[in-house]
Amino acid sequence: MLNFLWGAMIFIGIVVAAFTGNMSEVTNQAINSSKEAVTLSITMLGIMSMWTGIMKIGEKSGLIKEMSVKLQPFLSWLFPTVPKNHKAMEYISTNVIANILGLGWAATPAGINAMKELQKLNKNKQVASNAMCMFMIFNMSSLQLISINIIAYRSQYNSQNPSEIIGPGLVTTLISTLVAVFYAKLREIKK
Amino acid sequence: MKIVTLISDLIMPLTIIYILSYGYSKKINVYETFIEGANDGFKTVLEILPTLIGLMMAIGILRGSGALNLLSLLCEPFANLIGFPKEAVPITLMRLVSSSASTGILLDLFKTYGPDSFVGRFVSVMMSCTETVFYTMSVYFLSVKITKTRYTLSGALIANFAGVFAALLLSKYLWG
Repeated sequence: MLNFLWGAMIFIGIVVAAFTGNMSEVTNQAINSSKEAVTLSITMLGIMSMWTGIMKIGEKSGLIKEMSVKLQPFLSWLFPTVPKNHKAMEYISTNVIANILGLGWAATPAGINAMKELQKLNKNKQVASNAMCMFMIFNMSSLQLISINIIAYRSQYNSQNPSEIIGPGLVTTLISTLVAVFYAKLREIKK
Repeated sequence: MKIVTLISDLIMPLTIIYILSYGYSKKINVYETFIEGANDGFKTVLEILPTLIGLMMAIGILRGSGALNLLSLLCEPFANLIGFPKEAVPITLMRLVSSSASTGILLDLFKTYGPDSFVGRFVSVMMSCTETVFYTMSVYFLSVKITKTRYTLSGALIANFAGVFAALLLSKYLWG
């Protein structure tokens, strides 16, 4: 995806600049932006390391495991066709918890494993099952409680209050997730 | 709406104190574990630095050339119709396709308008409540070779737009 997108952005930018006469601005931006990426990373190094450090405590102490057990009844309601002790359930709950806590690197492998397990339960191997549709829609509705990276970016650009977006982010995440679950359940009943 | 502000102020300290107390109650070495985790985060940031350089450079070129402004201007009539800030149109579309490219635009918006401007605040909230639909779908479904995805795309898009509009309404209410 990015292989195409990245080149297209640069290509379009330079072609448009030829028409608008902004060529020198393009050169300046290319140089300054790449410099800025490094300054930004220095801010990110601090904030992200702080957060992953805290999360590691949650992981090692077994808090994340405990949370996924507590999530079980809700997940059974979301995925009625998946047996309770099936491997798929375990991967789904790991994926959901990782997404809620914003641990993207832990979410993707668990999510792919969940899909593989759901595929084993799936009757028609080319067509997505109800459980798969629910899992994907739920997953893509955004579950993250605290968008630590957005806070880091805001702080880098001198926001007066970088964390003021946590509350609104939480409310809107809840709304999009409710809409997702409602829609997926509705489509399940329809068929 | 004070409660939303209160959540913003409290959730980080509460999360940290909860995780810490849990760690102590399980008798693990919290400090060493923190350092270990921080080390992981450190490496992750260093690993994404080249990506960030590439994308910020590409978005910088788009911004410098005037192409981003052009796209915003093109979308202006429609954006005005629904009360959508026109500067936020490119990022809202890009958000569906690529996480890193939309992050690049986010940083560009922060730089151009400031994170505390209306657009800056709105896109911060919008980015927190949406996901990269097309990318995630292709990765997950490709991994199990599913070709018919039924109502997954429509569901993901509806949830995404619900998030975008909730973010817009709430931002207008809080900061508009």
